[in-house]
Amino acid sequence: MHELAITQGILDLVTEHAAAAGAARVTAIDVVVGEMSGFLPDSIQFYWDELSEGTVARGATLRFRRVPLRLACVDCGSLFPPGDGCFDCSACGSPRVRVAQGRELRVESIDVEETA
Amino acid sequence: MNQRVPVVEKITKANDRIAALNRALLDRHGVFGLNLLASPGAGKTSLIEATLPRLRGRLRVGVVEGDLATSLDAERAAAAGAPAVQITTGGACHLDAAMVNDALPRLPLAELDLLIVENVGNLICPASFALGTHADVLVASTPEGDDKPYKYPSMYGRVGALVINKIDLLPHLDFDMERFRRGVAVLSPDAIAFPLSCRTGEGLDAWIAWLMARTRQTRGAG
Repeated sequence: MHELAITQGILDLVTEHAAAAGAARVTAIDVVVGEMSGFLPDSIQFYWDELSEGTVARGATLRFRRVPLRLACVDCGSLFPPGDGCFDCSACGSPRVRVAQGRELRVESIDVEETA
Repeated sequence: MNQRVPVVEKITKANDRIAALNRALLDRHGVFGLNLLASPGAGKTSLIEATLPRLRGRLRVGVVEGDLATSLDAERAAAAGAPAVQITTGGACHLDAAMVNDALPRLPLAELDLLIVENVGNLICPASFALGTHADVLVASTPEGDDKPYKYPSMYGRVGALVINKIDLLPHLDFDMERFRRGVAVLSPDAIAFPLSCRTGEGLDAWIAWLMARTRQTRGAG
């Protein structure tokens, strides 16, 4: 359900930047979705087809780049995926780790056709 | 001619903009705002009901009620000495900044020190929408299990304060507090934790002291 609000957010950004670029049509949109952001690309796509109807971005292709959750070890510097119910470093076992990536949720770029 | 136009903007930009307006409004009135998050049944409403009488005569508290399932209705809040407004989410899975922006003018902000926003009981959707409050407070409870930070990194990654409710049940559970808190420390390194029991009152003093201190800070800055 919350994907509806996020899809509207994508559409708002896209129409704003398309207008600024003087675009007649948006053909593709690059979206970066981190694993921690909690959003499912399939659901966004579902709402997109509805919401984009009648806009400059109607029929545009949504290209998702999913960023997996990765932790970084403060002690040995290794970058690793979280274990099953455990965040300790997979290389040295240290519990001193930080989230390195996976929080992303942004529109990276749009492909546009300009007025002829 | 075709071309690629860089955007590089957060998808939650529109929500974040309204959240900033909410924050400015709270700051202008010197009101410390809390966004109370939890799964259903963790004890959000119990925490509010345990907190209000302990703050009576010390802080003036208002409540924005977004959780329909465990709603502390306006009468119960008023009985406990707090003005309350209900947000009708229409079944939505989370509150967003615009809903709170609608609710704020319905409260006597000039006469408040602390605003508690009770979000919808859900560990997924509310994690994505800032409301403009000063602190995100997650109410976890021991029967939910010590694996929750590992299963819900999104929610546990935005915690300012963590209330660990129902510690009176610990003798009956296999809840590993150390494992639970290690997970939280990775996702929200700055989170402050309050193990407590709304039922017995154990641990509530530290929570109340934190609310008093943070509210005083906000008033000082406002």
